[in-house]
Amino acid sequence: MTGRFVSRGFLGRPRDTDADRAGRIPPGQYLTDGFPVLSAGPTPQIPLGQWAFTIEGLVRAPVRWSWEQFLALPARDWTVDISCVTKWTKLDTRWHGVSVDDLLAAVELDPRAQFVTAHSFGGYTTNLPLTDVVNNQAFVAYQYDSAPLEPAHGGPARLVVPHLYFWKSAKWVRGLRLIEEDEPGFWESLGYHNRGDPWREERYSGD
Amino acid sequence: MPSQLLEWKIATVAQIRDETSEVKSFSLLVPEWRTHRPGQHVDVRLSAPDGYQAQRSYSIASAPGPDGRVDLTVERIAEGEVSPYFHDVLVTGDEVEVRGPIGGYFVWEPAFGGPLLLIAGGSGVVPLMAILRERAAADVAASATLLYSSRNWDDVIYREELDRLATTDDRLRILHTLTRAQPPGWTGFARRIDRPMLEEALDGLGSQPLTYICGPTLLVEAAANGLVELGVDPGRIRTERFGPTS
Repeated sequence: MTGRFVSRGFLGRPRDTDADRAGRIPPGQYLTDGFPVLSAGPTPQIPLGQWAFTIEGLVRAPVRWSWEQFLALPARDWTVDISCVTKWTKLDTRWHGVSVDDLLAAVELDPRAQFVTAHSFGGYTTNLPLTDVVNNQAFVAYQYDSAPLEPAHGGPARLVVPHLYFWKSAKWVRGLRLIEEDEPGFWESLGYHNRGDPWREERYSGD
Repeated sequence: MPSQLLEWKIATVAQIRDETSEVKSFSLLVPEWRTHRPGQHVDVRLSAPDGYQAQRSYSIASAPGPDGRVDLTVERIAEGEVSPYFHDVLVTGDEVEVRGPIGGYFVWEPAFGGPLLLIAGGSGVVPLMAILRERAAADVAASATLLYSSRNWDDVIYREELDRLATTDDRLRILHTLTRAQPPGWTGFARRIDRPMLEEALDGLGSQPLTYICGPTLLVEAAANGLVELGVDPGRIRTERFGPTS
């Protein structure tokens, strides 16, 4: 904070007086009804026949699901608020997908596993502490608003970690790698915060 | 980018210029400004007397310079909160909080070379203008093409400067497409970006230009997917997509 700087002549939008909504918008964010798309490169086109999801790294034996196998996993509906580091927050987004807990239940974790790198088709990566993706805090979604997840939004499937800035919710996800030492992912190597908690405004490295 | 705190700084508005009826450029003087790279953006923060704050990101339009001057080009979004303040309230001498530069991927610097393919929709031209300005300032030999989609001729941001750059540099091509209305005698494109247009933009750049695309999502999707279908390596294509920044 820069002390008491006030922008001359700025009053801002009428404050959101709906207490429920107001308490759900992290600092520096504004509400949007749209669903902006942000990605660093072209949208990968992934035929479902070539799609697979893998858990590997510090596990007793890696596991791999084809698209059909993945759809057969226990899935549920999730309604979550999401916040993008580019300042928009969207409330009550509706997804359908598999809890990361249920995915990890299919492997035996090596006790050294402390961090996760999510890998995507197209080469994107993002890193997360294991503690941020367990206990039903994260899921792999393949439906948005009761329809197949669009490619521009990460389809066929994306990771969703709603309590962190949305770059952690890797689009086009194809697997999780369990590791012992934290390794910065794509944006984390380019000046963005390593963890990305919107409520602490962890936008950029050093925040 | 090294792990350095990006501190909020109080910048002073040194100059305001009209670009189009809905777009203005703001020259800010930022104390102790860390030189940016073309393509990067800054965060802007406005603070109300009651402590309420609003933040937005705006692309930097200027080439890096030694004087701590940063130009932002801001489109006025009717329902917006920050852009109307910039357009309707700010005058020279006012102060604005900014921090940056931000973004380490959608950037270009002279050492990257080319050939360069730049594709813009509307105010998505802003970070690409920083690239073109830097390319001109550094006298980079790599050829470059800007394919720029606007609604109308009067919506074309930096129109005169782009004309001037293209007429003084035979390695720079500027292709306009006007999607909504065209002036009499218009010989440029008059439709949304499509495959034949991308093929023409690629002409003379080889098959694998270093490509930067910035604009609304639909334009970016069409351009990026089209280029991949035409054989451009996805790893050579960098995109920045946005809805309106209000």
